Amino acid sequence: MSPISLNRTSRLSDRVQEIPPSGIRRFFDLASTMENVVSLGVGEPDFTTPWKIREASISSLERGFTSYSANAGVPKLRRAICDYMETRFSVSYDPDTEVLVTVGASEAIDIGMRAILNPGDEVIIVEPTFVSYRSLVSMAGGVPVPIRTGIEDQFKVTPEQIKQAITPRTKALMICFPNNPTGSTIGREDLKQIAKLCEEHNLLVFSDEIYAELSYDEPHVSIAELDGMKDRTILISGFSKSFAMTGWRLGFVMAPPDILAAMLKIHQYTLMCAPTMAQYGAIEALENGMEDVEQMRNSYRQRRNYLVKTFAEIGLSCHSPGGAFYAFPSIQNTGFTSEEFAEKLLLEERVAVVPGHVFGEGGEGYIRCSYATSMEQLQEAMTRMGRFLTKYA
Amino acid sequence: MDQKAIEILQIIESNGRVEIPILAKMVEATEEEVKQYLLQLEKERIILSYSAVIDWTKVRNQEGVTAVIDVKVTPKRGVGFDEVAERIYRFPEVQALYLMSGAYDLSVVIESKTMSESARFVSEKLSTIDSVISTTTHFQLKKYKHDGVVFAEPDQDRRMVVSP
Ligand SMILES: Cc1ncc(COP(=O)(O)O)c(C=O)c1O
Repeated sequence: MSPISLNRTSRLSDRVQEIPPSGIRRFFDLASTMENVVSLGVGEPDFTTPWKIREASISSLERGFTSYSANAGVPKLRRAICDYMETRFSVSYDPDTEVLVTVGASEAIDIGMRAILNPGDEVIIVEPTFVSYRSLVSMAGGVPVPIRTGIEDQFKVTPEQIKQAITPRTKALMICFPNNPTGSTIGREDLKQIAKLCEEHNLLVFSDEIYAELSYDEPHVSIAELDGMKDRTILISGFSKSFAMTGWRLGFVMAPPDILAAMLKIHQYTLMCAPTMAQYGAIEALENGMEDVEQMRNSYRQRRNYLVKTFAEIGLSCHSPGGAFYAFPSIQNTGFTSEEFAEKLLLEERVAVVPGHVFGEGGEGYIRCSYATSMEQLQEAMTRMGRFLTKYA
Repeated sequence: MDQKAIEILQIIESNGRVEIPILAKMVEATEEEVKQYLLQLEKERIILSYSAVIDWTKVRNQEGVTAVIDVKVTPKRGVGFDEVAERIYRFPEVQALYLMSGAYDLSVVIESKTMSESARFVSEKLSTIDSVISTTTHFQLKKYKHDGVVFAEPDQDRRMVVSP
């Protein structure tokens, strides 16, 4: 008997097997076989990366910059990230010890969790939110503790809710704003209260601010900017959304030196460094790309305005999202579950949306509609959804 | 000018056919307000016309020729270049006319059905104007981009239909 089969019921790790498969997969499979689908299901910009950024990356290849970079990232990029974050969001970090360039914000979240969690440590997650958090906490050996927010509070978490979720095992709080899928943001006053709680209970904070540039009504406030918070915040961001660079796989994380050093250890053994040519593109993005960001932001804001007003007209209640590029209307008046709604809408009207329950507690009864698509597509989607709702609402 | 007016201009510059109800939603104004804005912008001649960019090479028997003509002129006392410019832009063939700095004074863009029609315009109408000293005519061979619009086929959306 080979030693491999000793007492093993499965060849896969329990940890991986416990993770539920992505709730979106089935829809994707179904939608991708159909013709003439208008998709509001896409969670990435419809813009192509601005040309000057692509050009800078091409030029880096021409000059032969094709080797590994420093583990933490090209020094010039780290400095550019610090300058950018300081001017835009008033947070100040040291490029040598407090910044790490990662393979997407996704990697930053993963290695952040792995750097701080011991088995059984709890991480509070404010849901509905980005699909990865729960699984990344579990895979790092931690225990996700979801808090549910709803439309009645515009999907904002109250300090009271956080307080109730805290146990002696709570290690960190995960927040994401502007949020995917609700588009909800958190203002300075609410952040202050959350910060106070974190100090009282000695919690670390994961702050995923990848949509910070896509704030439409009020300027984004980073929690790391508040008194005393820099030392307990792991600030995650990246280039995917604001610069339309999803395929480049480039993000960054800013954290106190001890935590950053721990993350760097994992990063250097698993990935060595982020792609070098992508990093050269990113330098150009930060140094000369802000006008492009502004143009894209304006365009998203106009589409948001259109979408939210049109939802009201066709009979879906939807709060006005302050950021990101998602609207999260309630479909409760149809009597369908969000999965039924999304499936029927896809089959009968060929509009793809994402059912809210995949984003965790509180997401049931809602659908996520991305407006990172052209006005023509949005208009077509609204015509079709309007027709659908007159049948069922 | 207020921010909403600028936003309206930016939107209709890239698509002049956006309907007023949709425009109103996009900029968070009422339809009445948008109509007022448009009227005012037209009155102030900030909006000059609503035009379409058309690729005529795709329409059979409709393709024409475009020429850019560099013109040197002697400016006239009192009216400078304006008088000769006005004489030139009144010709219906002239699509655009700019006063330039550098090696020549006026840049004239003309469109006509055939090459010989353009030649006739240059030799019979333009060069015979009193203050015109010389002309250099360049014919456009192919349009790649015009008024900010790329003439190639649009890219397909390569993104996944549904993604997190
Ligand atoms: C909230 C949030 N965080 C992180 C990511 C992943 O970003 P990246 O492409 O930088 O890995 C996404 C992508 O959808 C997101 O919505």
